[in-house]
Amino acid sequence: MDETAIHLEQHIPALRRYAYALVKQNDAADDLVQDCLERAVGRWHLRHRDGNLRAWLLTILRNQFINTYRQRRRRGVHFALEDVVEPETTDSAPDSSTAIRDIFAGLDTLPEEQRSVILLVGVEDLSYDEAARVLGLPVGTVMSRLSRGRAKLREYLETGRIAVLRRVK
Amino acid sequence: MTTPGIPIGEDDLHAYVDGRLLPNRLGVVEAYLKANPGAAAQVSAWRAQRETLRDQLAAKASEPIPARLRISSIRAIRRQRQLQRLKLVAASVLLLVAGGGIGWMARGDWSALRSAQPVMVSDAISAYKTFVVDASHPVEVKASEQEHLVKWLSNRLGKPIKSPDLTMFGFRLMGGRLLPASSDGIAAQLMYDDDQGTRLTLYLRNGETGETSYRFLREGNVSAFYWIDDGLGFALSAATSRERLLPIVEAVYRQVQPSR
Repeated sequence: MDETAIHLEQHIPALRRYAYALVKQNDAADDLVQDCLERAVGRWHLRHRDGNLRAWLLTILRNQFINTYRQRRRRGVHFALEDVVEPETTDSAPDSSTAIRDIFAGLDTLPEEQRSVILLVGVEDLSYDEAARVLGLPVGTVMSRLSRGRAKLREYLETGRIAVLRRVK
Repeated sequence: MTTPGIPIGEDDLHAYVDGRLLPNRLGVVEAYLKANPGAAAQVSAWRAQRETLRDQLAAKASEPIPARLRISSIRAIRRQRQLQRLKLVAASVLLLVAGGGIGWMARGDWSALRSAQPVMVSDAISAYKTFVVDASHPVEVKASEQEHLVKWLSNRLGKPIKSPDLTMFGFRLMGGRLLPASSDGIAAQLMYDDDQGTRLTLYLRNGETGETSYRFLREGNVSAFYWIDDGLGFALSAATSRERLLPIVEAVYRQVQPSR
């Protein structure tokens, strides 16, 4: 395997995780990752050699997500419905599956920027500066998105069961 | 969020949750949380969210990578797409040749077709004829200074250009030069030659508008393919047959196109 492939492939698990957290369907998530990798291979010469490759890939993936899903999201709650009815998980303990439903349903109520900040910082372990670059926002704005997102998610998790039912209907 | 004396902010609390607090700040934040149960509850709620998300998504990241996401598969997909594009391009060349044949039968001469050709191609062919016969100064900057050449031409054209690698066809880059263009633009010419001394030029010009499909033109013994892509006009000329030039055009097209 050549060097480019080695560099890229080590980040595929993280890309799949972020993509899955955004769309919550296995195939759709891998479609996003595939698009992202095609772009990355095509633009390989444009990356910053000394920059963070993972952040660069996550940026491409997120842009891809926004372009693909912007229209669909405008059409309504289709996504919320799907991910509540069909939580895809390999972990089958019943109590934890409720928790997943809740946290993913809760994430889904947030604007995309807040959702992405929470995922990039909390799960993908990007620094606040790196997350700011991925999102194309000043770091101060990223911190305030993070605050709002986490506050809303907390509220949702502590009081939001009824809200889930209302959305599913 | 770095110095101990500054009041606690939400950013400190997030950094605390995300493990990004600087060590000299840690004690201050911990003391603050002890004294403020509300903030402590907030922080532990945030931490719980973070841990739940990480736990639930961990399985996803430890799955084996699906075959279709291997970089070798990704490259194969890209090659297939490019091949499909080239087939389309080749089909449009055939159509043009067929159309030209019909035009010839209908009109009895090539003038209608010739008049439709952009000025760019005439300029490209003129430049070809002028410089391929030049034994002493065929190029302004030699290929040995390739990096400088490409940078220089890119700067002057106002667009990043690449010098296509045509060694698989036996053509080596000799070098390039800058040329005035009859419109407002600037043109560049890259020259290649092979072991038989056949010379080939790639003419590029900025400020072009319009369509991007290939066109073919023959003037005397010179064959030329030209196309426009993303504001740059390209013309590939050589004193050779259309059949020999076509695969080279495809390679050039593939190599110069902006990645998408």
